[in-house]
Amino acid sequence: METYNYRVVRQFAVMTVVWGIVGMLVGVYIAAQLRWPELNFDIPWLTYSRLRPLHTNAVIFAFGGSALFATSYYVVQRTCHARLFSDRLAGFTFWGWQAVIVLAAITLPLGITSSKEYAELEWPIDLLITVVWVSYAIVFFGTIMKRKVKHIYVANWFYGAFILTVALLHVVNSAALPVTLTKSYSVYPGAIDAMVQWWYGHNAVGFFLTAGFLGMMYYFVPKQAGRPVYSYRLSVVHFWALIAIYMWAGPHHLHYTALPDWAQSLGMVMSLVLLAPSWGGMINGMMTLSGAWHKLRDDPILRFLIVSLSFYGMSTFEGPMMSIKTVNALSHYTDWTIGHVHSGALGWVAMVSVGSLYVLIPQLFGRERMYSIKLIEWHFWTTTIGVVLYIVSMWIAGVMQGLMWRAVNADGTLTYSFTESLVRMYPYYTVRFIGGVLVVFGMFLMAYNVWKTIAAGKAEEAPVPQPA
Amino acid sequence: MSAFFHWWVIVITVINLLGCWWLIRFSAKSGPAAAGTEDTTGHVWDGLREYNNPLPRWWLWLFYLTLIFAVVYFILYPGLGNFQGVLGWSQTQQYEQEMARAEETYGPIFAQYANQDLAALAADPEARQMGQNLFLTYCSQCHGSDARGAPGFPNLADGEWQWGGDPESIKASILNGRNGVMPPFGAALGEQGVKEVAAYVVSLSGREADPQLVAAGRERFGLCMACHGADGTGNTALGAPDLTNNIWLYGGSQGVIEKTIREGRHGQMPAHAEFLGEEKVHVLAAYVYSLSQP
Repeated sequence: METYNYRVVRQFAVMTVVWGIVGMLVGVYIAAQLRWPELNFDIPWLTYSRLRPLHTNAVIFAFGGSALFATSYYVVQRTCHARLFSDRLAGFTFWGWQAVIVLAAITLPLGITSSKEYAELEWPIDLLITVVWVSYAIVFFGTIMKRKVKHIYVANWFYGAFILTVALLHVVNSAALPVTLTKSYSVYPGAIDAMVQWWYGHNAVGFFLTAGFLGMMYYFVPKQAGRPVYSYRLSVVHFWALIAIYMWAGPHHLHYTALPDWAQSLGMVMSLVLLAPSWGGMINGMMTLSGAWHKLRDDPILRFLIVSLSFYGMSTFEGPMMSIKTVNALSHYTDWTIGHVHSGALGWVAMVSVGSLYVLIPQLFGRERMYSIKLIEWHFWTTTIGVVLYIVSMWIAGVMQGLMWRAVNADGTLTYSFTESLVRMYPYYTVRFIGGVLVVFGMFLMAYNVWKTIAAGKAEEAPVPQPA
Repeated sequence: MSAFFHWWVIVITVINLLGCWWLIRFSAKSGPAAAGTEDTTGHVWDGLREYNNPLPRWWLWLFYLTLIFAVVYFILYPGLGNFQGVLGWSQTQQYEQEMARAEETYGPIFAQYANQDLAALAADPEARQMGQNLFLTYCSQCHGSDARGAPGFPNLADGEWQWGGDPESIKASILNGRNGVMPPFGAALGEQGVKEVAAYVVSLSGREADPQLVAAGRERFGLCMACHGADGTGNTALGAPDLTNNIWLYGGSQGVIEKTIREGRHGQMPAHAEFLGEEKVHVLAAYVYSLSQP
């Protein structure tokens, strides 16, 4: 009898929790450094500049990446009614991806970096990523090929787009000339390098952090709600519009720079056009609940999923607004950007992953449900409050910075020096730190809950059922 | 850009926007895609089903609206390849206009001080305030908000001047910048020589040092006299610091002085004439001058 490969799903699912805690702890630590700079203890490895890329890499690629691997391997099997295309290759993607993460955790604090944001890892690690990613694509699309149902489920469209596009983004943006084992130079010059970098950077948001997690949403929301997806037609429209338009949005990171005017305009306008396609996913997820809204009352897992969609809707509205040149002139380079990123990363990405894991983990270990629903409830509230504290403090801080930087005296000189604006940030940096602590606290609750669930469960292989 | 890329940008932009338009029109019009059981599409995956509800009206209108905005924007502003847009807007032009407007508004405020004597200006509280505003924006990064400097960046409030402290010299430093070079003597002196000269330099400011090293260092000090003078009191024409007053730009310990002698130093004050214009520098110089006045 054919069974599903749950082994690799279990591995990735458990590591999602581990890397979530590690990545967010580093985040809280550097948030504390911004408030209390002496916390780097004058040790180069602990300086903000080296730990910040470690934080972003850990939460995006280690935590988010593991969550995507785990859920995509689970979802593609379940919705294709087929075992993974290759167990060995799937196993390789797990160990390969963990190796990438460990290498990142070693090289980044040592100051070994390509200096490209969200693509800091040096060329030998980039090569390993490429090999792992191609294997991932083979396993995923191989499983799609093997499917026993005619139609491909919508979640797999999004996972598929995410896998293909990330491969393209990674290879193009990381193209570099190696000088030594730990140093390379980008093959692109000047403004072109900046454009390639943000074409990569924004599509990492669009495909890694959006399309991939929409795939997750399209399986776990209807599953947990026990309701059919709201609209197939909406899925089709917003899928194609989303993947076509996201590609253009990168230049909004480079407003009022050496990038030519025409490219800046295209980036801005396409970012605005992106609003409706982005919201399509939110509508489809939220409306799936119509007729089952009462379930939100006593199901904290569903609440995680639906609140994540609210944050998704909010940040995909905020994003296009911030890409308007006039708004960007105020918001760019301020903490508003940091707040925006975290409403997406914590509110959307982390919450949808956490909700999905709470559905997934009992399934993987032969349990009916998680060890404690009460703890999930606690996790939900600490995270929600933490994220709100984070976002609101950064909004205020960001707008304040923007206004202080542009304020001028009667003689045209600047009213505030940079240091003055920095000093005024301290209260907000403290609130942000507290928000981060709450989020990490929730992750520890989750770790305990997962631990107890696994301890009481058994890692069993599930048989592949006949498609209905 | 070349004609090819001009058209390339236009064509793929138009295809994308038209594609979206077609996609939503098509999906909004067509009826239910498949008549299935229980009004879902009939497909089942792992127990999951799909409805095929129509696209929400308000969402559809939002989508159309952004597409219309895109068309209007690309007519007005640059975006479609080499087409500059009918408004003729560019960021360079916007910058130049803003700068011209600022010059028009704020230029006269600085111009009124242009012919005043720097020393007199330093006593004018209003001018000093303006000078301080400029200082905090353009100078504090290196010299500190209180102008008391940092290692390698001179203290501007202590009355000690590497390049001269009269108002005109200060103004010249800001306008044209300064380039202070202390050549490395490690190779010429050898490690022992470096130690000896450093000990002698320590003794010049009246501090204790190994008398044997000091005596040997005095013999070798000839190398330094060309710039720092026979008595070590420096030379403002060359930017060579006074070594006798126990005020140190890079640090005055035996170890740091050895490093300075061995490896040399290179201090650079950037020129601000082009960047700020002479009238602003005039006010700024008066403020800096006032810092060391009683």
